[in-house]
Amino acid sequence: MILELKHIKKSFPYRNCEEKGITDHKDGDVNQVLKDISLGVEPGEIVSIIGPSGSGKSTLLRCATGLETPDSGEIIYEDGANFGLVFQNFNLFPHMSVLENVSDAPIRVAKKDKKVAIQEALKWLDKMGLGDRGAAYPCELSGGQQQRVAIARALAMDPEILFFDEPTSALDPELTGEVLKVIKSLADLHIAMVIVTHEMAFARDISDRVIFMDGGVIVDQGTPDQVFESMNERTQSFLGRYKSGNW
Amino acid sequence: MSLWTMIVKMSEGLGRTCAIFFLTLIFALPLGMIVALLRMSKNKVVSSVTRFIISVLRGTPLMLQLLAVTYGPYYLFGISISRNKLIPVVIAFSINYAAYFAEIYRGGIESISQGQYEAAKVLGYTKAQTFIHIILPQVIKRIMPSVTNEVVTLVKDTSIAFTVSYQEMFTIGKQIANSQTSFVPFVVAGVFYFLFNAIVDFVMGRIEKKLDYYK
Repeated sequence: MILELKHIKKSFPYRNCEEKGITDHKDGDVNQVLKDISLGVEPGEIVSIIGPSGSGKSTLLRCATGLETPDSGEIIYEDGANFGLVFQNFNLFPHMSVLENVSDAPIRVAKKDKKVAIQEALKWLDKMGLGDRGAAYPCELSGGQQQRVAIARALAMDPEILFFDEPTSALDPELTGEVLKVIKSLADLHIAMVIVTHEMAFARDISDRVIFMDGGVIVDQGTPDQVFESMNERTQSFLGRYKSGNW
Repeated sequence: MSLWTMIVKMSEGLGRTCAIFFLTLIFALPLGMIVALLRMSKNKVVSSVTRFIISVLRGTPLMLQLLAVTYGPYYLFGISISRNKLIPVVIAFSINYAAYFAEIYRGGIESISQGQYEAAKVLGYTKAQTFIHIILPQVIKRIMPSVTNEVVTLVKDTSIAFTVSYQEMFTIGKQIANSQTSFVPFVVAGVFYFLFNAIVDFVMGRIEKKLDYYK
């Protein structure tokens, strides 16, 4: 297994309840976001994580990528495995050109030869359909293009596993398609992907496995068909809202 | 004394005015960054002490601080006052301006979104690399207008050196004004400062424009 999460638990204290309009809790109450999550990802496997907002999907990715420290549990990567993360808000470096965004970490962090790193960066940009935008700055690109640069930036560090945290949630509907398309085109690279998404048709189409999370636990998981045709009541109710387009 | 003689005599002090100006910038700009980092330290003692020092430096007149640095050592320890007044002047100015720069830096650093740190962390940048290569370049762009303000103020503040009789342009002008009972030297000083700041504005504008390649 490329990644194994064992019994991950994570809680946050409630803060500023009044300002946020939270009425059923008071400041200092504990919000158990992840309640004992265990999950393994095989090399090259594509896993989608679906579920309602606040179900802990993003927190799980943030724990797996070291942006949050779990209260308890273990995170085990295969020896020498690199991971990458694509954010909802891209988080490109605005002062760097597109090419620098993609090649800076390989040069500065992975200590790759500069020429090699630039060549690889151009290759990734090309794969993202942005081969001619290397000299542009992020502010000159559309949201969809920025997200594709962010994907190229993550790929340039040669990850064995790539996490996507709602990669299309900040995009206009007409830009969502182009990003989903490039993510789909990565399937033949045999990089494991863990994708948190609200795009159900996409999840069903691309995944080897779909995980349905709700209330900080994994409620249901299996092949896309198993989950989308699940008899589980909570899964059905969540997917039912999606199918009827009633969010 | 003719107007021309006044101008020539006062010009002789311009070198010293420039010395205060440039030396203060050379010391205060980096010192301000150190102060800003201490102010943002996670160590509560370090950050509160730094915060208190900043508030004293910003809350009391530069003139008072200059007098304290110049004559304090004599009154406190009996150390004779240095002949070269440039040293206490630059020390006082650098410390005072570092306090202002520190608060500008802090505002700039805190305005950078958490996402930039997270993206850098996931890509494997060390904390130092993140600060120097990701955060700082963006901070510099954002704080340029505030820094320009301080630099313009510094040009005019160099005149405060007259309180310790450091022979810079304004001090000479004031001496001429006294001896000649004339207001003209002050007008000349005003023109000098205005021209000096026109150059500052031009240079800072060029730098801002250079950083204009991204939003």
